[in-house]
Amino acid sequence: MSEALNIIQDPTLTYHQELLALARLGESTDNSLRYSDAYYEAKRKGALCDLNEGVMPYRPRYICPDYDLLFQKGCKFLELDPPKDLLEAVNVLEIFYCHVPSITSFPVYLGDLDRLLEPFVVREDRAYAKKVLGLFLRNIDRVQTDSFVHADIGPEDSITARLLLELTEEMQLAVPNLTLRYDPETTSDDFALACVKCMLKTAKPSFANHRMFVKEWGERYAIASCYNGLSIGGGGFTLPRLRLYECALDAKSPEDFLERELPRHIDLQLEYMDKRVKFIVEQSSFFKTNFLVTEGFVKRENFTGMFGVVGLAECCNYLLGITDKKKGFGMNEEATALGLRIMDAIDARVKAHEAPYCEAYGHRYRLHAQVGIDTDGMDDSPGTRIPIGVEPTMLEQLEVNEKFHPYFPTGTGDIFKFEETWLKTPDAILAIIKGSLENGLRYFSGYLENNDVVRVTGYLVKKSEIEKLRAKKQSLNNVTVFGMGAQDGGHALDRRVQQYGEGTGQ
Amino acid sequence: MVKAPVNKIIPFSNVDGPGNRTSIFFQGCPFNCLFCHNPETIHLCRNCGVCVKNCPVGALNIDADYKVIWNREKCVQCDTCIKVCPHDASPKIQWMTVEEVMKEVRRASPYIAGITTSGGECTLQNEFLIELFSNVLKLGKTCLIDSNGSFDFEADPRVLKVSEGVMLDVKAVEKGWNDELISFPRDIVLKNLDYLLQIGKLYEVRTLIFPNRDRENEETVRYVAEHIRDRCFYKIIRYRPYGVREKNRKRIGEFETDLDYAERFAALAREKGATKAYVV
Repeated sequence: MSEALNIIQDPTLTYHQELLALARLGESTDNSLRYSDAYYEAKRKGALCDLNEGVMPYRPRYICPDYDLLFQKGCKFLELDPPKDLLEAVNVLEIFYCHVPSITSFPVYLGDLDRLLEPFVVREDRAYAKKVLGLFLRNIDRVQTDSFVHADIGPEDSITARLLLELTEEMQLAVPNLTLRYDPETTSDDFALACVKCMLKTAKPSFANHRMFVKEWGERYAIASCYNGLSIGGGGFTLPRLRLYECALDAKSPEDFLERELPRHIDLQLEYMDKRVKFIVEQSSFFKTNFLVTEGFVKRENFTGMFGVVGLAECCNYLLGITDKKKGFGMNEEATALGLRIMDAIDARVKAHEAPYCEAYGHRYRLHAQVGIDTDGMDDSPGTRIPIGVEPTMLEQLEVNEKFHPYFPTGTGDIFKFEETWLKTPDAILAIIKGSLENGLRYFSGYLENNDVVRVTGYLVKKSEIEKLRAKKQSLNNVTVFGMGAQDGGHALDRRVQQYGEGTGQ
Repeated sequence: MVKAPVNKIIPFSNVDGPGNRTSIFFQGCPFNCLFCHNPETIHLCRNCGVCVKNCPVGALNIDADYKVIWNREKCVQCDTCIKVCPHDASPKIQWMTVEEVMKEVRRASPYIAGITTSGGECTLQNEFLIELFSNVLKLGKTCLIDSNGSFDFEADPRVLKVSEGVMLDVKAVEKGWNDELISFPRDIVLKNLDYLLQIGKLYEVRTLIFPNRDRENEETVRYVAEHIRDRCFYKIIRYRPYGVREKNRKRIGEFETDLDYAERFAALAREKGATKAYVV
């Protein structure tokens, strides 16, 4: 049976999912973009992974349009005038979103929704504004059917942000993903506590270290897709990843890895990125003709390449001959120290590489702790995370994270699953988040263990939707299938539960 | 240098006072409550060696001084030692200096509002607490004492000067019931209740609600509520059989107290003026 026939006969795929699968199949028929033999060999071994981005990139992987510009000038191509009231504003956004491409074909960045909509919301009656925003969120969930669709709020409190939190809690939707840009100076405790409560019940928003992102990107940064830092009015060209465990398999020692195998694989990934970035810019039509470019919603020079890594934990354990994960990376100072040496080496080599384009970043790519894909199984933990199932205490886990998060301007994060009493003590969680962001944590996510909406590795799925797929039924959300794979292969939903303390005894 | 027997330290706890706190559990308690859910914290190890013979992974040894030594690295936390201990003790404790405990507190310091000392009964380590709290205060963190009320705070109020307050257990008020339940005179507990209220150092009172003990429960709750009124929190805790010694479970209850039943007493407490009463 042909691959195309497989796709169109699959009972679990919706029409749009079939269409996207067929498009990927079509793209794979061309092989004019070629890499070195060494690259293909490393890819075959699983040391390099292209995240199935497709062999002929016809758009950048992630696009973060400048929605402020849309609201100021409207859009000629889509024949949209600048909105004059709330209804027009959400209508303009809903239309625009449908024309923002990405690797998933869905918009990975919906804008800083509170800041964009607040001027319109304040002019309306609260109940009316809530009704409109509720319909807006429903539209996003049913039309942009992909959990990598992401909106941002904060750092300041606003009526719009509060309404979005209320609706998020009431509607229990997997889309969009949501981030609070948290700044200890401008985010009030009251607002942050409302976000903590919402996060526990709905697995969103996550907390982004605003100061850290501003230092790297300036004020106009977006958190897109899972947890990816990028420029507003720019984005990410491509995101391949080193699978560090597989990169280490031919190394004879940690030193041999650092001197020989690691640089070799870094260079192969850089070669791949350079060719791809050039192809997107020079060969595909996107940067020449797409209205997002021609009308200035994105600028090519604001894009960068995202240099991804996964499996640092397994890499360090392998190189040090550690077979018991419980005594490995995260729990073992030697392994953690090796992890830091490896990250320093990756950071230095990528920073030394002159990348094509990427002008806004001095022609440099930026590091990304990739969150894993469903087929990774247990071989490569996401980014620099401690493997699921052997997590130490939350304090120790945060301490390890704080050391590694600063390496990754284009995104990293960790997720904590809480037992239910924490819902009664959001102040305790806020204290933990504050302390950790202050100490270098970049991005914090959490949820209650019994939620339907849960965070898998970086994206959200509904457990009830996974059950639909298991019953051979269709799930509207394109990402549910990844959630199922990550649950089965990577035990991604089995992360350690943060229990309450045991002091209140009897 | 003053040392204290530490049963365990939980870096993050959300149920031992306001905010996120590091909880430090000391070994040893002068009470012997029938319902105790961690009876292994009551006594200090007598070095009888029963646990050493029973440890399945060889994590316990007897040293040259005939003392039981616990090897933390080898231990798999199966708790066999605790189950077989004939003395309601645990070999898995550490005698720690204030500086050693402070090391743990400093590590958690960026993420916590303060510390809570508990047990066992932490006030048995009064001198240690005074020194520990003085150091924790310098970090800008608060110190709470979780106590069974056996320590005479009025006679020696030094530790209160460096502490935010006390979370006090009032387990039983009626004398017969108290003596059956606690094996320790109740008068000092009730004296502490009044004294701590009077000096504004009572953060919260906790009372356990037992299944099918209408009269005893009511008497305790009524007494506490009428005394504290709205001046501190009143935590009404449901009895749970987990960890309770088997012979006592038969006497007190095999099942946990119904939520509705416990809520009845919280309502009574509020009716008597303890507006900040709630069930956990």
